[in-house]
Amino acid sequence: MKKVELTIKQQPELYLETENITPDAFAGKSADEIAALNVYEGNVTHKLGDFFSIAGTPGATAADTQIVVNGNLERVKWIGSRMTAGEVVVESSMDMYAGAFMAGGKLLIKGNAGHFTGLGMTGGELRITGNAGNYLGAAYRGDWRGMQGGVLRVNGNAGSDVGSFMRGGEIIIGGDADVHVGTHQEGGKIVVKGNAKSKVGGQMVKGEIIVFGTIDVMMPGFAHRDNVDLEVDGTKATFKRYEGDLGERHPKSKGAVVYGQLYIKQ
Amino acid sequence: MSKIITDVVCPFCGTLCDDLEVTVSDDGKKLIDVSNACAIGAMKFLHSQADDRLTKPRMRNEDGSWRDVSYEEAADFSAKMLANSKKPLMYGWSSTNCEAQSVGSTIGELIGAQMDNTATVCHGTTLIAVQDVGVPSCTLGEVKNRADMIIYWGGNPAHAHPRHMSRYSMYPRGFFTAKGHRGRTLVVVDPRDTDSASIADIHLKVEQGRDYELLSALRVAFRGEVLPDVVAGIPKEKIYEVAEKMKKARFGVIFFGMGVTQTLSKNHNIDIAIQVTRDLNEYTKFSIMPMRGHYNVTGSGEVWGWQFGFPFCVDLSRGFARYNPGESSSNDLLVRGEVDSVFVIGSDPGAHFPFGSVKKMNEIPCVCVDPHITPTTVVADLHVPVAFVGVEVGGCAYRMDSVPIETHKVVDAPEGMITDEEFLNMVLERLQKIKGV
Repeated sequence: MKKVELTIKQQPELYLETENITPDAFAGKSADEIAALNVYEGNVTHKLGDFFSIAGTPGATAADTQIVVNGNLERVKWIGSRMTAGEVVVESSMDMYAGAFMAGGKLLIKGNAGHFTGLGMTGGELRITGNAGNYLGAAYRGDWRGMQGGVLRVNGNAGSDVGSFMRGGEIIIGGDADVHVGTHQEGGKIVVKGNAKSKVGGQMVKGEIIVFGTIDVMMPGFAHRDNVDLEVDGTKATFKRYEGDLGERHPKSKGAVVYGQLYIKQ
Repeated sequence: MSKIITDVVCPFCGTLCDDLEVTVSDDGKKLIDVSNACAIGAMKFLHSQADDRLTKPRMRNEDGSWRDVSYEEAADFSAKMLANSKKPLMYGWSSTNCEAQSVGSTIGELIGAQMDNTATVCHGTTLIAVQDVGVPSCTLGEVKNRADMIIYWGGNPAHAHPRHMSRYSMYPRGFFTAKGHRGRTLVVVDPRDTDSASIADIHLKVEQGRDYELLSALRVAFRGEVLPDVVAGIPKEKIYEVAEKMKKARFGVIFFGMGVTQTLSKNHNIDIAIQVTRDLNEYTKFSIMPMRGHYNVTGSGEVWGWQFGFPFCVDLSRGFARYNPGESSSNDLLVRGEVDSVFVIGSDPGAHFPFGSVKKMNEIPCVCVDPHITPTTVVADLHVPVAFVGVEVGGCAYRMDSVPIETHKVVDAPEGMITDEEFLNMVLERLQKIKGV
């Protein structure tokens, strides 16, 4: 795998939109061609080379390209969005839309990620060593398809609206989650290793939510069915199993109604 | 001598009452009295007659004092500020007519602005929910003529929309509602003991921030599933009772206010309230409607809806319309430092935005177009007073049920004053020259 190293050399006055920092956009290009890619600050179009110094060369394909981004990226949006293969390592916290709509490859953020991270992602592996903002792996406004595939792992805490309209894939949060986990969820799995506040699984159709800690206020539409032993992300434990949201529509499979599954560690 | 003008439309709240009578002097220059209006609406008309009203634009001096300038100078300053910005925010639009909003849209597109209206701190969450799950709604005329169950959720119309209950919901006798209020059931859902709640048949004193749970519980009850003993501070027996009453209504309507749109869960509250309404349509006829605040906030959503496809938080910076409240919403833009100038028209963010946002408005170039002196004009570099829409100039406005109503001019504006639309056209002309289009 060939490596391109970007280092931010000038901070934007406002915020920078850099959806071109992906292995897909870089593959097969020379350093000059990469420097000539567009980045955007408000209504002004700049060149990537105006803000970043570039070292190394990318591979011929996205899969053969690794991008490392250095410096303070807290005012940079959209890194790794829509990537389909290869690897991106962000050596800092970054702003919104990291890995939004990503379909494949690996994205690692060594710090915190802003809101709308992994929005509507369909595949690949997204890891955040710090905390994530709101709408992690959720749907874009108005879309009924949130995260559909891939793995999204956060070591720290996550904000509100984790996995709204989620339909597939897996979200694992090492710490706590704010309100609204898996709202309108219709597939996939959300694991919260810490505590969840409230509005967990509201309007959930199917899929799984697993909480290791506590839930402050349960949704009224979840009924306790039984207790089960599960192995979740390497931890074996007994979980209370709830089904819901009983107020929501549910499909039938082989004659039986399919409910959303909520597990809370005993 | 004086004359009376009838069927005047009130440019205050989203109820857009169209039965006001205004007494004006024979020469049409002085407004003397207003009848049929609520206290707030009457004040809006009478305030146009204030002796201390500003009639000329004023620009901030270095030392913070003001100097009078001409409308030409004001338009020059505004055009230059907007043309020099990388990401200008054009906010407000809710207390002006659709004609001005339309010119504003042209300006926004030309300069790649962030267009946002007062829905951003009001019913914007409603608009998000409507996009997510749709909306079964109706007109206020249908409510008046058919509804026998009225629900006010998270709102206090007795004070915020004073004539809403008497004109449309509780009291009027309509075609199928000949008994007036005696034939209607009023439910108010509010943690507070409001004046609206005091006349309700059922007052559900929901625990603060638990509307989402209560709405979810209603859906569970409709399906005959088992509820926990108490949800959101309401005993389950009461929830089953109200759910049954809702199912048995002939025509019900849920009106909701900022008690649900701007409290915990925000758009999700509306999302699930819409689903409650949809569930009820399995049994009877039910509708849902937001209690829109400013008289033409609905109109600005309509204008942008047909221009850009989105009703608020429109980001035009890249030459095409993008929309994502949370990023392109005014307060996020201001607090995060994403914009470098602000143009305010027909609204008072200085009074309604968080302090962090207002502080930012003070730091960056800011123009405010407003007939009044407001907290926003305090942080503005240029204040452009204009004629009152609906009093001194007519124009189209949309009622809370999305019905367009033409407002009327009843009195002349003070000598030399221009309208929102005229000022925006002056700014647009200058911008077209600067941009060479």
